[in-house]
Amino acid sequence: MTTWMATILLLALTCAAFAAALWLYRVNRGRPTLQALMHPLVTGPLMVSAILVATHIDYDQYRKANQLFFFLLGTTTVALAIPLHQQFHHISRLSKPLIITLIFGASFAVASALAIAWLLGGSVETLISLAPKSVTTPIALGLSEKIGGLPALTAGVVVFTGVVGAVLGPLIFRWLGITDDRIIGFVTGICAHGVGTTRAFEISARCGAFASLGLGMTGALTAFSLPWLVIFFLD
Amino acid sequence: MNLLRGLAVLILFQGIGEGISHITGIPVPGPVIGMVLLFLALQFSHTETPAWLGRTGHVLIRWLSLMFLPACTGLFFLPDISSSQWLPIAGAIVLATLLTLLLAALLMQKLMPAEGHRP
Repeated sequence: MTTWMATILLLALTCAAFAAALWLYRVNRGRPTLQALMHPLVTGPLMVSAILVATHIDYDQYRKANQLFFFLLGTTTVALAIPLHQQFHHISRLSKPLIITLIFGASFAVASALAIAWLLGGSVETLISLAPKSVTTPIALGLSEKIGGLPALTAGVVVFTGVVGAVLGPLIFRWLGITDDRIIGFVTGICAHGVGTTRAFEISARCGAFASLGLGMTGALTAFSLPWLVIFFLD
Repeated sequence: MNLLRGLAVLILFQGIGEGISHITGIPVPGPVIGMVLLFLALQFSHTETPAWLGRTGHVLIRWLSLMFLPACTGLFFLPDISSSQWLPIAGAIVLATLLTLLLAALLMQKLMPAEGHRP
């Protein structure tokens, strides 16, 4: 098979898997718990990886064929500025709860992950690779490299965290009885970065704007503090 | 046509962000810098966000899950890690994320001023 044919087929695979995943998600609309677990970002990647494994195509080739989506992910990150701007009047009035929740959430996410991994017998390398888990992927990769983790492991850890947060978040908020979409959005953005933000935009524009804010602020806070903390603790 | 105009503006900001990230070497990714710049531009322009830009952003954000799909698939193709590390990794992610979601949500709920006008 020629390269461009393979590229087109692998791009089509992404679109087909997404269409199927979206259908599965909508079919389960009446069952909130099951629907949360059947999010397209859970079922879609499962279908794609099953097909890649079955056809002996390695992930690297698939990733290269789908560069377009990685590029558009960046473009969409820029676009998050628009809802952020439109909702900013809500946000500027809430600076105190937002900043306190941010500082607590971002540091607790790192501290609890490290403590749990350490208790379960994680190596130093594992711990360092886990540290940037709640930060959006591109920031996390740069950080992991800077502080001596395994970037490939960090990439997986970040995506897994995002999916766990986006899937379990709505269940937890429902269990807590929290319906304020500003809280749901901001906390999801802090804990589950871009994947969580995607989920938040499905709830409402305001929820998505607060998630974008949480994502951006967590990324900035962690990017500037984590390298210093690692140097401080490892030396 | 309008969609393309919006896309051109967003890609321009993405490019500026990538450029700044590359030249300064700061660990913040280009698109995030681009987002900050576009946000500042919108904040300080003192006019309504142009409808064509708003629409492009809306369309892109609606398809965010699709754009994440290839990246999420990478989760099933992680590098070889010694099997003793799987439990600490998976345990830390699931438990820590759950705990953080729970505690951060409770904290923020406590801190939020009473809202007079629920939409």
